[in-house]
Amino acid sequence: MRSGSNLERVLESGTFAVTAEIAPPKSTSTEGLRKKVQALKGCAEAFNLTDNQTAIVRLSSMASSVACLQEGAEPVMQMTCRDRNRIAMQSDLLGAASLGIRNVLCLSGDHQTFGNQKEARNVYDIDPVQQLMVFRQMRDQGQVWGGDTIEERPKVYLGAAANPFADPFEYRVARLAKKVKAGADFVQTQAIFDLDRFERFMTEVRARRLDEQVHILAGVVPLKSANAARYMKTKVSGMSVPDEVVVRMKSASDPKKEGIRICVETIDHLKNIPGVHGVHIMAIGWEEMVPTIAEQSGLLPRPCIP
Amino acid sequence: MIIAERKDLGLISKMLEGRSKVLVAGCRSCVAICHAGGEKEVAATAEALRLRAAAEGRHIDVTEMTLERQCEKEWVQEMGPHLQDREIVLSLACGVGAQVVQEMYPATLVVPGLNTSNMGAPEEQGIYLEKCAGCGDCVLHLTGGICPLARCSKSMLNGPCGGSQNGKCEVNPDTACAWDLIFHSLQRLGRLDLLEENIPPKNWLPSRSGGPRRIVRPPVVQGEEEKRSREGSP
Ligand code: SF4
Repeated sequence: MRSGSNLERVLESGTFAVTAEIAPPKSTSTEGLRKKVQALKGCAEAFNLTDNQTAIVRLSSMASSVACLQEGAEPVMQMTCRDRNRIAMQSDLLGAASLGIRNVLCLSGDHQTFGNQKEARNVYDIDPVQQLMVFRQMRDQGQVWGGDTIEERPKVYLGAAANPFADPFEYRVARLAKKVKAGADFVQTQAIFDLDRFERFMTEVRARRLDEQVHILAGVVPLKSANAARYMKTKVSGMSVPDEVVVRMKSASDPKKEGIRICVETIDHLKNIPGVHGVHIMAIGWEEMVPTIAEQSGLLPRPCIP
Repeated sequence: MIIAERKDLGLISKMLEGRSKVLVAGCRSCVAICHAGGEKEVAATAEALRLRAAAEGRHIDVTEMTLERQCEKEWVQEMGPHLQDREIVLSLACGVGAQVVQEMYPATLVVPGLNTSNMGAPEEQGIYLEKCAGCGDCVLHLTGGICPLARCSKSMLNGPCGGSQNGKCEVNPDTACAWDLIFHSLQRLGRLDLLEENIPPKNWLPSRSGGPRRIVRPPVVQGEEEKRSREGSP
């Protein structure tokens, strides 16, 4: 075991895994976050605590991860390349491991101009592929970048993001291969609505036998309204939402129910795609629906793997 | 070349406040090509300052001159005689030129009339695009002749982020995604193999991270004697 994390144990056992996203609060109080963790605990192997997602200042992913741990659930700490140079990243990795965090997701991060700190200077000292290289060296060689020895290695399960819907499409699997080569143990994908394109992506993933080297968790987002569907289709770059999804949401008498139904159907489909080892549920601002989605998808109860 | 833009006239007036004898100094190099600080822009800026002062009932005496290059001492020497009665210089050169002028004439205040933006090239008439980040360690041989450091909004070295769509960058629909360009360039060149290799963390020492950069080219550096004989002193 690389980290001994619950997520690693479940994935390594060959069980179809579940992760879910929880947004940290814009607050110092972790009360609401803790309530969410309590409500969602048991529905997923681990919970992603986002790192100032969409470049909006929130409670840090590390502090949120600790709160999650204290509530008895396993966190996936997210860490973007936007806000930290390699010194801060390595220091934060040691810090996270010292606090008991066992999963870390490496990301480029949403550009600062999307958030509430548009005038900020970004860092991008290293990119996510390099971040994985650095973290893997720390864990497996017990060395910080440059070679200095770490007395106690950070035992972390390393994650990366993949977006099968961004362009150039022909390069997306090669890019995933680079992340795998750099050290990704698991991958969480962008939200999947366009199953055709995702199937094509997975065919190529299998052709390269990447599914044997990395655990792919397919991302899903339950839609709350037709507007949300339209917004994702037109405003979020790197997203593909087929027209039929928008139409279904628009004509639904109960759009929220329809959104959950689409999400559950998507998960059912994803379960049958060879090489998909789990799902990652991103119920943005709607986390309370995660248990329902997991339940209706037949993903409960979650296994207990020692 | 260096791309710059003129500062807002209001801001310029503020920098000149309290001074009535102004030399507006342009440069015939990069900033002339990008229509920010050449002879024409010097004339236009000087005239605008005169009109503004007249409208406000102030007296201002604005003179103009445009140097071949404001970044080289040999050319900046020509400015000496024009400075005699001047209280302030408004430099319409890039930040390099403005500094060289200040260095050579420490007794006269030099203020910047331009915002120096980047190292780029004219895309078409009146449109300029940043091309080089001056990182000190060029990677163009790995990226199909397109610089990801300067042209990718996240300076990614190992491929596109998840926001690249239809050839555009997630940050701005008017900006081409550098990695989309790189991919297609390498595809045309038959070198997609380059995109399979992981590029390790960059050494930023040759960039600004090593502090201000000083490049010494020994064969061209003049000895003390040579300097003296060139200057014609004994
Ligand atoms: S969309 Fe392209 S240019 Fe923009 S940040 Fe991502 S990789 Fe860089």
